[in-house]
Amino acid sequence: MIEQRRGVWYLYGILIFFTLWYMAASLVNLPIIPTPWIVMKNLLGIFIPKILIHGSYSLWRIVAGVILAVIVGGPVGLCMGYFPKWDRALSPIVYLTYPIPKIALLPIMMLLLGLGEVSKILMIFLIIVFQVIIAVRDGVKSIPKETYYPLYSLGATFSNIFREILIPASMPKFLTSIRVAMATAISVLFFTETFGTEYGMGYFIMDAWMRVNYLEMYSGIVVLSCMGLVLFGVIDYLDRKICHWQYK
Amino acid sequence: MIQIKNLNVTYEAMGEGYAALENINLEIGSGETCAIIGPSGCGKSTLLKVLAGIIRKYEGVVEINGQPIMPMQQKIGFIPQNYGLLPWKNVYENIRLSAKIKNKKDSDHSKELDFFIQQLGLAGLECRYPGELSGGQQQRVALARSFLLKPDLLLMDEPFSALDAMTREEIQNVFLDVWRKYSVSTILVTHYVEEALYLGQKIVILSGIPGTISKIIDNPLFGIDDIRNHQDFFQLSLTLRKMIKEDWSK
Repeated sequence: MIEQRRGVWYLYGILIFFTLWYMAASLVNLPIIPTPWIVMKNLLGIFIPKILIHGSYSLWRIVAGVILAVIVGGPVGLCMGYFPKWDRALSPIVYLTYPIPKIALLPIMMLLLGLGEVSKILMIFLIIVFQVIIAVRDGVKSIPKETYYPLYSLGATFSNIFREILIPASMPKFLTSIRVAMATAISVLFFTETFGTEYGMGYFIMDAWMRVNYLEMYSGIVVLSCMGLVLFGVIDYLDRKICHWQYK
Repeated sequence: MIQIKNLNVTYEAMGEGYAALENINLEIGSGETCAIIGPSGCGKSTLLKVLAGIIRKYEGVVEINGQPIMPMQQKIGFIPQNYGLLPWKNVYENIRLSAKIKNKKDSDHSKELDFFIQQLGLAGLECRYPGELSGGQQQRVALARSFLLKPDLLLMDEPFSALDAMTREEIQNVFLDVWRKYSVSTILVTHYVEEALYLGQKIVILSGIPGTISKIIDNPLFGIDDIRNHQDFFQLSLTLRKMIKEDWSK
């Protein structure tokens, strides 16, 4: 029942989006903003032959970047939150490197790691990993001391504490950090894909733009934003599945 | 048997050492209950944390059945003031947690677990999360979790103080019922004289900063049915109160 209603709200959002788009298109009345119907028609025509391959490349890079950030950032954040020594040693480094505009490093990464997949995935990783580290660390730090006591007196090992307390307690903040980082990651992905590749939504959109093919360009943008919608949907789903205790 | 000999605990703050507990000597027989009563900041909770194996830096001897405190080897149940339930686990998982950590995989506790759920009146609440339970229900879950272990030592830090008066009496009775069945050595910290009298076979009065034992009383009224309504109970609690007042104003 609730699931159904959620779907209705998504439809509602899409409807408003299309209405605003349609209003803008009819107001400007130039080929530079086509109406949604023409774009959707075009999208249906070119999705399988043209866009699918680009979309798959982009999705793979995002997912690989996020997974890498989780694999590295999760454990580092947990250790920084749990062991004060780790926090003291690593916090300055994190704070110092976090504000560096990662996108400025793109040319260096491309020089060092080549134009291929590695530099793109690493870029996304660099954007997301700091947010994961800090969110997980703060999540662990905010656990009250008393929560540990019954487990300590039961003789719990570190792996017990890790599994039973640290991971579930930091999960909500962790998912929020992924949610916040996802939007940035998609924009950065777009940027990196305009260099040194012939696949990816970024390439597809910029290529269509260069060819002054506005219909294809808008189709690409719609697909990119749908990708975002699906990714956010997945995170929301995980949140409801894993962290449902916090909504009780 | 719990034995504490010449226990001294100091803690460090701002580079200076403060004494939290000084020269504590106490002996509690197996299956006995002991209520510790004392003013705020006298080191009651520190004493419990030493017994729970949470504080490991202390001088003196603290032993359970002749062995120094080792949470890995002994079974110690600890119920903190906020009951210590994990909000991300439901009632069933919270109760099972103690057995899961202690016994790893070698035994199946589902039968006993169901028994304790019935015994403590938690049937039908198995799938609820702590956030959906009342204070009294949370306390029942914490008791079930500790008793499932059949611990060598059960420690409770002001376990009933957050409950309203009626619920408190009810849960105290629940505790006594289960305790009678399993006669688990129990140490509880409280600041209610009546609670100490109702639940403690031994009553230890702590005083001062640093915490020292000023009196150990063998409670003659422990375990008598419906004792709370007797004149003796009322009289003894008055005497105790007077004693404590004199003691703490020193």
